[in-house]
Amino acid sequence: MEELFRKSLFLPEQASSIAKDVDHLHYAIITAALVMAALIFGFAAYCLIRFRRRSETDVTPRVQGTLGWELLFVGVPLTTFLVWFYIGYHDFIRMQTPPPEAMDVYVVAKQWMWKFTYPEGPNAIGVLRVPVGKPVRLLLTSRDVIHSFYVPAFRIKQDAIPGAYTQTWFEVTKPGSYRVMCAEYCGLKHSEMWAEVVALSEADWDAWMKEQRKGLVALKDASPSGPEREESGIPARRAARYDAQEPHGELMYAERGTLPERGERLAAERGCLKCHSVDGTAHIGPTWLDLYGRRERLTTGETVVADEAYLTESMMKPQDRLVEGFEPVMPSYQGQLGAAEVAALLEYIKTLRSARLENTRSEGPVYEPGGGK
Amino acid sequence: MNLAAGSNQPAITYLNHETTVRSWLLTRDHKRIGVMFLVGVIFALLLGGIFAMALRIELLTPGPTVMAPMTYNRMFTLHGVTMVWLFMIPAIPSAFGNFVLPIMLGAKDVAFPRLNLASFYIYLAGSLLTVFGMLWSGADTGWTFYTPYSTVSPTTVTPILMGVFIIGFSTIITGLNFITTVHTLRAPGMHWTRIPLFVWTIYGTSVIQVVATPVLGMVLLLVAAERVLGMGIFDPSRGGDPVLFQHMFWFYSHPAVYIMVLPAMGVITEVVCAYSRKNIFGYKMVAASTFGIAFVGFFTWGHHMFVSGQSTFGSGVFGVLSMLVAIFTAIKIFNWVATLYGGSIDLKVPLLYVLGFIFLLMFGGMTGVAVATTSLDVHWHDTYFVVAHFHYIMVGAVLMAFLAALHYWWPKMFGRLYPERWSFLAAMTIIFGFIVTFLPQFLLGNMGMPRRYYEYPREMQWLHVLSTAGASLLAFGFGLIAIYLLWSLRYGAEAPVNAWGSRGYEWYSGSPPVPHNFTEAPRFEREVHDYTVAEVPRVY
Ligand code: HEM
Ligand SMILES: [Cu+2]
Repeated sequence: MEELFRKSLFLPEQASSIAKDVDHLHYAIITAALVMAALIFGFAAYCLIRFRRRSETDVTPRVQGTLGWELLFVGVPLTTFLVWFYIGYHDFIRMQTPPPEAMDVYVVAKQWMWKFTYPEGPNAIGVLRVPVGKPVRLLLTSRDVIHSFYVPAFRIKQDAIPGAYTQTWFEVTKPGSYRVMCAEYCGLKHSEMWAEVVALSEADWDAWMKEQRKGLVALKDASPSGPEREESGIPARRAARYDAQEPHGELMYAERGTLPERGERLAAERGCLKCHSVDGTAHIGPTWLDLYGRRERLTTGETVVADEAYLTESMMKPQDRLVEGFEPVMPSYQGQLGAAEVAALLEYIKTLRSARLENTRSEGPVYEPGGGK
Repeated sequence: MNLAAGSNQPAITYLNHETTVRSWLLTRDHKRIGVMFLVGVIFALLLGGIFAMALRIELLTPGPTVMAPMTYNRMFTLHGVTMVWLFMIPAIPSAFGNFVLPIMLGAKDVAFPRLNLASFYIYLAGSLLTVFGMLWSGADTGWTFYTPYSTVSPTTVTPILMGVFIIGFSTIITGLNFITTVHTLRAPGMHWTRIPLFVWTIYGTSVIQVVATPVLGMVLLLVAAERVLGMGIFDPSRGGDPVLFQHMFWFYSHPAVYIMVLPAMGVITEVVCAYSRKNIFGYKMVAASTFGIAFVGFFTWGHHMFVSGQSTFGSGVFGVLSMLVAIFTAIKIFNWVATLYGGSIDLKVPLLYVLGFIFLLMFGGMTGVAVATTSLDVHWHDTYFVVAHFHYIMVGAVLMAFLAALHYWWPKMFGRLYPERWSFLAAMTIIFGFIVTFLPQFLLGNMGMPRRYYEYPREMQWLHVLSTAGASLLAFGFGLIAIYLLWSLRYGAEAPVNAWGSRGYEWYSGSPPVPHNFTEAPRFEREVHDYTVAEVPRVY
């Protein structure tokens, strides 16, 4: 039955933990729509035949709706729609809430490719390797225009927006390779901006990780369109402006070391540590120790959880949501920190945990340069 | 038609009392302005249709077929821009609204005849600038102009932005004009409860136009300023917010969908009543749901942004509010179908379009509910499912109603009848062609085909071929209509005063009407579409 529905609706395979639930609602709505249409058109067809015109001078009775009928017209669909909405919203909340134990991967979109970075290890272009049966959280951003990360087999999609981090997550249920597409129009080669998610079984994942640890795998995965191929005859992209303003963006990918290590270096170089302490002592700005995941009270009286989105916002638009008790003195790093640098700083901040707190680090592959043992 | 018995067609009509080109170009007669708008929007439909066929041909094969990617990207932008701003928004209100609304109210003209003429020329100027922009360099942003792509795109977006900006003024002026006309120029006996439902929908539409269009104007200006002056409002590398654009854009463009659909619903109501010889089942509910849609339509824009990173709670609220719009639409559908009950139904071409309309609106609406169901939209957003959804509901609604109106009011406007058989054939072709074109696109969306794709995975090909076949049928149907309508202008049988025996008030005047609509002020003694007593056609 399930397969029959799925195939006749042309839905792709269900490869994530959420896909089945999404599809079930889909079937319900389509079936209900067909039944409703059949009822309405059945009634219309009955009228067309039963009440067809018999003479040119027919006079018809006046039939006026009553309140009862109108209430029925409103009540029945409204109830149905709200039930669907309730079920759908329930699933939607699940999609929007990554489990705390999820493994993190940073995704940077760029015209016209996807780059994946594991906090502890290598980068890849065009291929995202993940283990089966383990939740994976993606932290998405873009280096130029808006893109959208879409995996039909997982039934997930999330926009990647320049200057901000958004997130989504999935848990793959069976090993295989799944198509990633860009769903937000992003220019000339929008339709070629493909990548793949390769889901590895536990054994394969362990083996792959081991290889990564040895540093034996060259990072040559390329997106189907080839990363930076220029097309002749097309006017130079104005989007290049973004690259010019992010001189460090490319460099990061060439650099060695894990994200937290790079973040630590960056924090010193960019002067973050002039105002923020990393050991909990009070200073000009809030301390970074235990900052990630902390509830911060804002000057407006609201509270906000210091997650990737808020931390990014604080670097780009520090005055927008100020933490209570601090002066609005932090400069904006808009246009100065590249997407990858922000990722490095975020990962560094995440490592700053006091002993009592459990350290929920990503379990991504670890890269040890020079073929360490 | 034996109703022609009462034919005492006026000899002097708005068409023949003055015939110079100048008398048309400088006319302040709402009927002539309506006809000029009609010609304008038909040209826009033709232009948009040519682009559409080009797109469909390109999509016949998975890879490049007949054009380069850049050309394709420009094409779908031009198709969208032309269809939305040059055709769908002005089509029914500016063309048919202008023609019949004052007559339905028993007025001689609209409240501001000169402004009305200005509105046409503003539309013309904006359209010409837009078309010039397309031919000169052609934006590749899609009709939604999303930033930051629209501010960094290598194509010339600015002339098109300005063209659309200018057309906006035409929309606002027409809206103001209609609102004032309804308030001040109703003839004796035209109480608020007697106002024809077509007028109510135009009134509701006008309110949206006046309130929402300035927001569109603003955001288009901001994008233009961003491109030309580098303002940095939407540019994240200068502290701007790219998502802000989407909020402002959809704050206009979502209600704009109702600017297109509401007048279409008004036409459908008139036609259902006329061909089933019945009063509408629930006058008050149908009128009220118009304003329900107009009002709630302003609070649903966020359902275009479920995956943009907006708050989960916000998505929920926008989802629920969107459901309400579907309820108001459902009320209308039920009332139309209920109106058929107990009637005297004549399945003529306009009624056939109504059936097509109800079918497309049903499925367009149900898939609308489906995409407002947050979890499902995550899969469908920005895929062909959405393309199919909005073509069903917007294009299905506007096009079907436009064709219904064109046929229903054709004798009123030009005093000629169109050939019955040909029009029936064309209507069947169009409805069938439409379904064959867009039904496969729902399935493509399910498969995961994102919209605005020049290349696509091989396994999706046959659905694209089917869709293109449907589009060819559609194009054929349109060709047919163009031919027999032009033919009927000259050779068609002369129409009687009230060709369909309708009890809509617009048939009180002649067909075609005299220059100021009536020679003496009409009296409205009965409800609109009251078929309980026999009545002879009359010409005031
Ligand atoms: C022969 C009939 C038509 C065909 C074959 C057709 C085909 C298409 C195609 C292929 C697209 C591009 C989808 C994408 O890649 O995103 C599209 C988009 C669109 N069409 Fe049509 N179309 C037709 C008629 C119409 C009509 C009559 C209207 C309006 C009255 C209309 C309004 C739109 C709009 C608003 C879009 C979205 C444009 C965008 O995504 O930028 N279409 N259509
Ligand atoms: Cu993209």
